[in-house]
Parts: sequence; structure tokens; C-alpha cells
Amino acid sequence: MRRVAFTANGTRHDLEIEPRELLVYVLRDRLGLTGTNVGCDTSSCGACTVLVNGESVKSCTMLGVQAEGLELTTIEGLARNGELHPVQRAFHEHHALQCGYCTPGMVLAAVSLIDSGAATDGDAIRHGLEGNLCRCTGYHNIVEAVASAAGVTS
Amino acid sequence: MTALETAPGVVGTSVRRKEDASLLRGRGTFVDNLTLPGMVYMGVVRSPYPHARIASVNLDAARAAEGVVAAFSGADLADEWKGGLPCAWPVTEDIRMPVHYPLAIDAARYQGDPVAVVVAESRALAKDAAELVEVEYESLPSVGDVTKALDDDAPLVHSEFGTNECYVWKLETDDVPAAIDAADVVVTRRYFQPRLIPNAIEPRGVLAQVDPTGDVTLWSATQTPHIQRFVLQLVLGVPESKIRVIAPDVGGGFGSKIQVYGEGPLAIALARRLGRPVKWTEERAENYVGTIHGRDVVHELTFAATKDGDITAVKSEAWCAMGAYLELVAPGIPLLGAWIYSGPYEIPNYSVTFTGVFTHTTPTDAYRGAGRPEATYVLERTMDALARELEIDPVELRRRNFVKEFPHTMASGLTIDSGDYHATLDRLLERLDLDAIRDDQAARRARGDAKQIGVGFSTYNEMCGLAPSRILGAIRYAVGGWDASTVRFQPLGSVQVVTGTSPHGQSHETTFAQIVAEQLGVGVDDVEVIHGDTAASQLGMDTYGSRSLTVGGIALWHAGEKVIGKARQIVAHQLEVSEEDLEFENGTFSVKGSPDRNMTIQAAAFEAHTAHNLPDGMEPGLEATAVYDPPNFSWPAGAHAAVVEVDTETGDTRLIRYVAVDDVGNPVNPQIIDGQVHGGVTQGVAAALYEEGVYDEEGNLLTTTMATYLVPSAAELPSYETDRTETAAENPLGVKGVGETGTIAAAPAVINAVVDALSHLGVTDVPLPATPERVWKAIEEVRT
Repeated sequence: MRRVAFTANGTRHDLEIEPRELLVYVLRDRLGLTGTNVGCDTSSCGACTVLVNGESVKSCTMLGVQAEGLELTTIEGLARNGELHPVQRAFHEHHALQCGYCTPGMVLAAVSLIDSGAATDGDAIRHGLEGNLCRCTGYHNIVEAVASAAGVTS
Repeated sequence: MTALETAPGVVGTSVRRKEDASLLRGRGTFVDNLTLPGMVYMGVVRSPYPHARIASVNLDAARAAEGVVAAFSGADLADEWKGGLPCAWPVTEDIRMPVHYPLAIDAARYQGDPVAVVVAESRALAKDAAELVEVEYESLPSVGDVTKALDDDAPLVHSEFGTNECYVWKLETDDVPAAIDAADVVVTRRYFQPRLIPNAIEPRGVLAQVDPTGDVTLWSATQTPHIQRFVLQLVLGVPESKIRVIAPDVGGGFGSKIQVYGEGPLAIALARRLGRPVKWTEERAENYVGTIHGRDVVHELTFAATKDGDITAVKSEAWCAMGAYLELVAPGIPLLGAWIYSGPYEIPNYSVTFTGVFTHTTPTDAYRGAGRPEATYVLERTMDALARELEIDPVELRRRNFVKEFPHTMASGLTIDSGDYHATLDRLLERLDLDAIRDDQAARRARGDAKQIGVGFSTYNEMCGLAPSRILGAIRYAVGGWDASTVRFQPLGSVQVVTGTSPHGQSHETTFAQIVAEQLGVGVDDVEVIHGDTAASQLGMDTYGSRSLTVGGIALWHAGEKVIGKARQIVAHQLEVSEEDLEFENGTFSVKGSPDRNMTIQAAAFEAHTAHNLPDGMEPGLEATAVYDPPNFSWPAGAHAAVVEVDTETGDTRLIRYVAVDDVGNPVNPQIIDGQVHGGVTQGVAAALYEEGVYDEEGNLLTTTMATYLVPSAAELPSYETDRTETAAENPLGVKGVGETGTIAAAPAVINAVVDALSHLGVTDVPLPATPERVWKAIEEVRT
């Protein structure tokens, strides 16, 4: 077992975990942050995307012990004071989710993309979200939502 | 409680979804998110061989490992099963139906066939323990190819049958050979539609709890909680009355979560033995071998036509892979397309033959569209082939053969209630600007550009809304096609709707609330839709085949009418008028000619619950249940066009435009309809350009992860252009199904576009999926 301390959604955690535990399972199984979903085992689908110090990371590509000292944001921590984040609001307004399973990862990837300034137009958004798979929406409304939140045309 | 913010006109508007509030905040209730006290984790050991005798299973090391609670082989659990996993659709009397237990006992018949289970205190320890199970396999000869499996010397999947042929099913009119003989032109084409792996982003999962009294609760990532319950009794011998199945939030299905897989009964059997709740969550690698696949069908399609392009006969022969066992409805999947090999066209002579074939592969079953994409693909590809043969414009050839009057009884025997195929095609052409595309194409050809463009069409209809129970019975489906709904006023005026359909992304909570809100004249937010729990909805037939709205939604409407009828009796009694003297509009009953004498339906609901002043003999409460058995299938139709750009030097093919015009009847929520079309089209485009589950000849799966099976991302796709024409279906809401239309239409439109882009080079066919390698080879073949 190894000790690791990090912040998740503003709350400090100090945990004993196995060195082999993936960050996504630390979030899900140890902290009960089940909004972060697992969709594959090859880091292909992006359902487990979280923000690490503000940048999107597939949490199946990090070990829990690598989170030492980092600030994590999961989907549960995105809304503030009950108010949805603008990207969440845009997903709602544009019907950018159907089953909702890829949504937490997709929303956080989009937040990171917009914050980095890379969401400049529809094409940039499509390439910026390449690492996140959705099987329901065909991406059309996701691109509309992200463009709207970024204030650019799709 | 007020009815201020709605009512009239809420059907047909893009109400934003109720479902989003929890899903957007990461508060979904997907099965893997659930935990119970004392819960343990199940791991499944699967055969790495396509075909092997199981010589021995040694569980000692697994049982001795850290955190392991139990481990069992197939033989250990054989006594748990009162029956095998059933197939509900024995399509012919002489179909060959193998016994299929949740765990294989003597032999494994496909890669991924479960052979042992372990149970441990954590998911990681269960996975560790699964790797410690020592199974001694004796590898046996195997076959993965649907046509080679019928060779005389092919290895047999089930030796007791003496053949890999599962069934032969035919539907034909009398004069097909004569029509073909008499035709000016006969076109025959052969097509292979490869395996598709459904890839719901949430893998499957179950959580089973068995009380000391024997009561079973199963949380399952399923489309079919009611069917699960029914089948679980057959497999486990537990009466349905003691089984509760809950489908919480379910992360997509696309047909792959209809089936009753072995892991559900296994988890229940283990929970019963161990006295602890058992959870199993599928990993993606397991999903690729352990969850059903779609397609894997070889077709030979023949059109007979006059020189003017009137199609006089269609004849289809198809060889359809069942995989190693028969999943819940697998033999019937081709039949779901059997009546639409004439599509939206009037073709008087008709012949369809399906041969179901066992191979040493993961079982197939329903994948989005289920039978109808297969039929529509070969039909629409052959329309283009016939157009080339006759040198008629492909759009004109389609028009010439369109069904023109409705209702229309097809040669295949079913009757299409409504449609206007010319109108959808007209609208498509308005949106498309075909002249500009053809000009661009001509200019590129004239310049000899490396990048060429092509445009392809697909005009389709489909039968969905499964289904009239009598027809299902006639084609040997084991259960009915009705659905049920309850509409229940609470005393203070809010409304509960209980539906027997079971969403997994389709937005029932919103659209069903819209229907009830408009009908009863209450607010959309006053209506709560309850679904996916057999304890809440005793009657239901679940969600697949674009049936929720056209069957469940109509049941809902009928239940609402019953509620209005009872409320009318209460109001008439209290206002001392006859029922006929009352008008009901926007949630209020008023006396004709005296509109100030009125009562809202919510006030009537309160009166129904106090029961202080009800008509003599009336039961208190205001609720009603309706069970609706549709008299016909639902018949959506549409006209789609794809525009592709093909790099003739590399074969790289990109979809650059996609225009979809669909007639799905009266819209309930246009934004949600568009969402269904976008998603459906994407799965069809994916089948055309990207996705293929590849087996080698022995049945080893070569595409085992999302890294080798290309589920397209946003980067591969364009934005879509969608539009609708509307003809009302023959049901009280005038609605038709929409969940599968895009997938049915898209693949042939895209491949027709690829062929069109290369037609000046002499290319007439590109196999599915049109990968750069395949496109490049198609070009090279005609160049040499």
C-alpha cells in the first residue's frame, strides 16, 4: 500500500491505496465519485476523462499514486453552487447527450479544450474531442454545444 | 400545483430533456455505480479458443488466492440451471436449436465462451483470481466464415446436428422465375456485410441480490427488464413473482442489451449460494467477445426489370451467421427485414430466402436496425447497379418505382399505412443542390484531380414498432408485441406515468411527459415517468425495434383517455350535468355554453382521492392502465444523400456532407428526433467506412479492442443536415419510429457515393467497409 494525498473537487483526500490502482478506480471505488465512467480498457473511449490541474486527462491512463499533490476536478465538481457550468448548460440546451454515459468525460474534455483556447471552430472542436467516443449522438449536437459554449460557430 | 406553464402545443416542440439534470452532474445510476453491503465481485473466465474440448478445470490456485470467496466450473454449477438460455424465435418448425448454458461444461464453441467464474472481495482480486484458473483445453477444428461453414467438410459447431445449417426460411410469391425469365434486364449482385460490434459505451453489468426468502433483485444494464424476468424463471426456476429486475440508467444498447446473457443468471446463482450480493461489470475486451455482434451476412440479390426501369421482381438469397449459439432473437433478425426487400418500391414479384448458419464465433443478434439495414443495403446498392445497367439516373429510377398510394399492400404481404415517398425525395433534392455537386464532380474529373467527389442516394422505408402480436405469433416469435402504460394522478395533481418500455438514451422521461402533459392539460414538469423496474411496471415488453413511442406511447395515450373519461364522470356528477355536456380543453372541463361552470382535471383528481362526493359505486382514485397491441407495424421512410471525397491516390475516403429527410410521422420532440437521426446515421456511416469485426477463417477475432475496431470519433464525421416531411401514421398520435432509420438508410447512401466518385474510372463496387486499402484496391483493379 502507498499513501497519496490530492484534492478532488476542492476536498483534500489522504488515502492508502495499492500502487497498481488506476486513478479512475480510486475516484470511483475509494471516493465514490462514480460520475467518472469506464468505457474501455485501452484508453480509447475517454469516458473517464477528468481535469488534472485544469487539463483533461483520461483517468485510466494515470495511477492513483501519480495524483500526489494534484488538483482533480471530476464531473461532480464542475457545477458551482448548484449552477451548471456553461458547458453543461450548453449540452442540455443542444441535446448533446442521450444515454449520458460518455457525457462526464465529454464535458470535461470540452471544458479543457475551451479553456486552452483551442476550440476555435467546428473543425477544431471535432479534432479536439477526437479522444472521446460517443455512440448515441453522432457528435453533431456535441459540436454545436461546445461551439456555443466557446462562442464560436460550428 | 398549477397547469400554468403548458399544455396545448407541447407535443411537437423541442422541450429540453428531464434526463439531463442528473446525467450532466455525474449522478447517473449506471449498474457499476451501485454498491450493496457485503457485495462481492464476479470474474468470468472465457475460452481463448474458438472451439475446444474442456478436458479439465482446476480451481485450486484461484480458490487459494487473496480475497477469493469462491470459484466454480461449468460442471460445478450445472445443477443451478432449470433450462438453458432460451432462444425466443424458432423461425421454422425444423430449426436446429442447441442447448446453451450460462457456463460451458464440456466444450467451448467460440472465443469468449464462459467456462468458469470466480468471486472475490474486489474487482481487482476477482480479475487476479480469474487468471489463476487453469483450464486444460484440447483445441478442435473450427470455422469462422459464414459460407465456408456450409462446406461438406466444415468443422461442426454442434456435432449432434450433423450440419452447421440452423434453418432455411422462405417468403415468396408464385411467379418470380417467370418474371425473371420475361425481364428485359436482370441484375444480380453479391454483397458481404461484415460483423459489427455494437459498442454501447457502457459495457454490460449486473448486480444480483437474493434475500433469505429467495426473493431475487437483479440490477442490469439491459434494454429488457421484463423479458429478463420472464427468462430468469425459465433458467433458474425461480417464479417470476419472486424476481424483480431493475434497469437503472443504461448507457446505450443499440440492440446488444436485449439478450438474456449468462452473467445475469450466474450472478443470481452465486448470490444465492454465497448469501452475498454479486456484481459483475464487463470489460471492453470481454464485450468484444462476450456481447452479441450484428450483421455477418452474405447476400445475392437479383432484380428483374423492363428496359424502361420498371422493376418486375426482386429475389434475395442470404446466408446469415448465427454464431455459436442462438441468442434471444437471433434467428429472427433477418426476418425483421424479410418484408422490405422491395423497400419503398412497388415490385410485384417477390422472393426472399434466409439460411441461418452456425459458426465458431460470438453469437449475433439485434444490432441497430436488425435485418432492415441488411435488406436496405443490398436493395439500394442494387438500385444503383440497375440504374447503371439501364443508363437511367439513379434518382429517376427510384422515383419511377416508388409506391404512390397509401395504404399500400406489398407483394410481401404487409400493408404500409402511410407515406409520401415523392415528397421526401423532393425535399431532399431541394436541400441537396445536386446540380452544384455534379458541376464540381465534372470539373474535378476534367482536371484529373486526385481528390474526386461522389454523391449517393438511399431511399428507404422500414417496418418497426414491434409489433402486432398476431403477426409475431404467425412468424413463430414466442411472445407478444403489445405494451402497457399506467397514468396515475396523485391527490394534489401531479401525474405518475408508468411505462413498460425501458429507455437507455431515447428520452422517454421527456417525450412521454410531453404526450401526457398535452393530453391532460398539465405541466410537463407535473408528469413523472417511471420505467425500468418490474416492481413498478408489472406489464411491459421493453425497448427495441423503435417500439417505445409507437407501442408504449400509444398505450400511454389510451391510459390518458381512460383517466379523462373517469374525471369527466366525476366532474359531471359534481356539476350536476351530463357527461356529454362537458368540454375538456387545456386541462379544464367546462359546461358547454356556460364556461364559468368548470373544474380542472387536477381538482377532479383531488375529489377522486377524498371520495367525499363521487358517483355511486365509483372507486376512489384517478388512474388507469392501458395495454396496447398495435394493429400494424410502423412504417417510417425517407430519402438520404451522402457526398464523399475520395483520394484516388491513397483510397482515403471522407464523408463531407450528409442530408437526411425522414418521414417519421407527427413529431413529438423535433430536437430529440434529430438526435436519433444523427446517431443512427453515424452508425450507418461507420458501417460504410470504418467498422468491421474481423474473424480469421478459424474464428479467432482479430479486432479485439477499440484500438483495432474503429468506432468513429467526431474528427471523422461532418455535421449533418436533417429535415422532415410528415404523413400521420394510423395511430392516435400519428407517430412512427425513428430510432433505427438513420442506420438503415446511411450505409448504402455512403457506398453509392463512393462508387459514384469512382465511376468514371470504371469502379462499380467497393466492399464494406470502404477503408483506404479497399478503395485503393478497387481503383487498382479497374486500372490494370
